[in-house]
Amino acid sequence: MDTLAGEGARFQFSSDQSLLVYFGEQSEIDRSKDRPLQKQRQGRAEARPLQSQITLEANEKARRLLRLLELEPVAGVRNLHPAYCSLLIKFDALRMRHDELEAILRRYLERIDEVKLPEARLVEVPVCYGGEFGPDLGEVCAMRGLTEAQAIKLHASVEYLVYFLGFVPGFAYLGELPEELLAPRLAAPRKRVPSGSVGIAGNQTGVYPFATPGGWRLIGRTPIKMFRAEKDGLSLLSIGDRVGFAPISAERFVELERACA
Amino acid sequence: MRVIEVQAPGLLTTVQDLGREGFGPMGVSPSGAADVISLRLGNRLVGNAEGAAGLEMTLLGGTFEFPEGAAVALAGSDFGATLDGKAVELWTAFEAKPGQVLRMGPTRSGARCYLCVRGGIDVNAFLGSASTHILSGLGGHEGRALKKGDVLTIGPAKMEGQKRTGRNACSTGGAGIVGKRRLAAQALEKVKIREVLRVTSGPQSDWFPESAQKIFYESTYRVAEESNRMGIRLLGEAIPAPTGGEMISEGVALGAIQVPEGGLPIILFVEQQTTGGYPKIANVISADFHSLGQLRPRDEIRFERVEWETARALLREQEELMASEELILA
Repeated sequence: MDTLAGEGARFQFSSDQSLLVYFGEQSEIDRSKDRPLQKQRQGRAEARPLQSQITLEANEKARRLLRLLELEPVAGVRNLHPAYCSLLIKFDALRMRHDELEAILRRYLERIDEVKLPEARLVEVPVCYGGEFGPDLGEVCAMRGLTEAQAIKLHASVEYLVYFLGFVPGFAYLGELPEELLAPRLAAPRKRVPSGSVGIAGNQTGVYPFATPGGWRLIGRTPIKMFRAEKDGLSLLSIGDRVGFAPISAERFVELERACA
Repeated sequence: MRVIEVQAPGLLTTVQDLGREGFGPMGVSPSGAADVISLRLGNRLVGNAEGAAGLEMTLLGGTFEFPEGAAVALAGSDFGATLDGKAVELWTAFEAKPGQVLRMGPTRSGARCYLCVRGGIDVNAFLGSASTHILSGLGGHEGRALKKGDVLTIGPAKMEGQKRTGRNACSTGGAGIVGKRRLAAQALEKVKIREVLRVTSGPQSDWFPESAQKIFYESTYRVAEESNRMGIRLLGEAIPAPTGGEMISEGVALGAIQVPEGGLPIILFVEQQTTGGYPKIANVISADFHSLGQLRPRDEIRFERVEWETARALLREQEELMASEELILA
């Protein structure tokens, strides 16, 4: 239930009806050869795989396996939950066992380099930064020794990758944030983050599609709807898309908000 | 067109079916009935397909009028239902005559009671399901819990819905009368709610030292007030932080038991986040999911570890029971 496969994938039972596939892990022995350990772990002599770093390569493998499973669905597979470096596969345990699914997935993995990923779209998200829309912008600036104008410029200067959508419908995990903007998540999460809020946490950024609890630091808000039940596309962003943020004024925010309503 | 008029909604009443699987890549969790077994059985009692949409009531039931009548069944917990003041039984189909009022009160047993009507609740499907996802305001009746004055449409009774319901599926055909169909007592015994939830190991089980596992498996946990359809929060002895690795957010399964900072476990439930960044010490087995749906705040539970093979066998056994012709007595 804990095995390494080709393409550096590792399989892990997640529940009685789900299986996790991890990508881009390095065993402790491999890692110690390459670079110093980030965290020394005591009392474990065995070369146990260690999930510790998000890499673009591992994320691309997860996206490729996802794509292949979407193009060539496996009977009995019910749902797919991609993340940074992994893919959770939910299946019907009355139709297949973990080891049967694993055997199928190993064959899929042999072909993932041939998979053509969907053309990445470049999506521009307008953001009104600071003020009431970005209540944490001031603190982030103070932490990092930036002016608000510098912080906004930095956040809007990068073309981000949608690593995956998760948490709630349409929430895209975007990376990577410029080094100068890195800030830890809030010690106490907010009970309610307004929908459209643009947050940062660690080296990630994202937009809250719905009013939900949340621990990311809020630096702005978009008037654009990130997830629309009435539209076929549903989510503005898809896994693998590229995203840019465009600063807008409070007046423009109101105009766009009206246009989106 | 027959309808249900909501005279009082109860504490939290939503339209639910079996949920929407397959939209994980968009961050959409399945949602669906918290106690799927009760909804499926309720539907069978009124001659519906198992997955027809019904009303999920939570802790305190509502009051509903049927202006044109309906064939109704209540399944799950006992909310002390009366029809025009006369007590009606759980797990037994009955006819509400035009204008009759079905009234429920506070629960006398578990957390949820399902109201199923012949024909099902007719709402616009979102991503193929009638289920309400409360947090995002999607699906169900206007994406929200019911309010006083809401009018719900009852769907047309479909004959195909009787395929799996065995004999005497519908005594009069079409009129919505289903006779006194009731659930066999031994079936009820087999799907009764468990206080000891069976779990398999979680993806990060071996990150937790022996001492942490001992706490988890030997403690009695109490369900916290702030539990909901997203997650069941537990109070009790805290589990020491894992030492085995550094967590990166990953997909999470239904029933995953995650251990956040502070060490108090959270069981991810039907409206769960699709991905999460906390290590998971265990996962409730599929055959016990329905018990999760009946947990009330302050209820006490424990966890018992089972092997993968056992989890699979218990699920198979449960599904064989659900498919059995002897389940429903006419």
